Amino acid sequence: MNQQDDKELQALLKQAIAPVKDTELPRDLWPEMLKKLDRQPARIPWFDWALAALLSVALLFFPGVIPALLYHL
Amino acid sequence: MELLQRFAAGDLEAFETLFRGNQKQVYAWIVRIVRDSGIAEDLTVETFWRIYRSRSHFDPAGNFHAWARRIATNAALDHLRRARRETQLPEDLACSAKADPAVQRQTREQIRQAFGDLPAKYRLVATLALVEEEPYDKIADAAGISVALVKVRVFRAVRLLRKKLTSMGVEIGART
Repeated sequence: MNQQDDKELQALLKQAIAPVKDTELPRDLWPEMLKKLDRQPARIPWFDWALAALLSVALLFFPGVIPALLYHL
Repeated sequence: MELLQRFAAGDLEAFETLFRGNQKQVYAWIVRIVRDSGIAEDLTVETFWRIYRSRSHFDPAGNFHAWARRIATNAALDHLRRARRETQLPEDLACSAKADPAVQRQTREQIRQAFGDLPAKYRLVATLALVEEEPYDKIADAAGISVALVKVRVFRAVRLLRKKLTSMGVEIGART
């Protein structure tokens, strides 16, 4: 393996995989971006999930608080 | 308020301005990595989606173009990792030493296949460095790695490519 071989490999590579000549963007992608922004559901922060899990565990171990909780809701 | 500050604060109009002003450069960078205009369009939108999601982490005093290019490179790399090579290796991979056009076509196809078999991180740097002939420092900046690591990855990509081609019967140094 030498530099000459490396250059030959690069030349062969460029014959097989030509550099991209047309890099011009064919259209405006902003409408696609807006669609993607609209499609994405609101993300629920991890601490909301943690609070929900904590509440579930608390209700499981202390079911007596359920009526009090319902009263306050 | 400056455009980048407004963008970082979540202003959609500022984001639109940045999008319209940078989509061409981002697309041009991605299409050279993935080599498919349709996929490059999708990845350009994906890149800006990631940019928009990460806006709160962006330093308005920083370089937006460099940041966008790095995110675009990561999006393209993720695509390369996901994408499977579409063409199958032919049964007879031996390559004749005679220089006829049919054999050259076969050799080119074998090189494309061998290149497609490279791990994504090597294919990324090899495409940019060897095919597109981008400077190593630009590749390093875009990939978020050092110039030395780019050189190592290019070296390993060449070594893997050579090994694969040798196993296919393509000898580099003995022109086919």
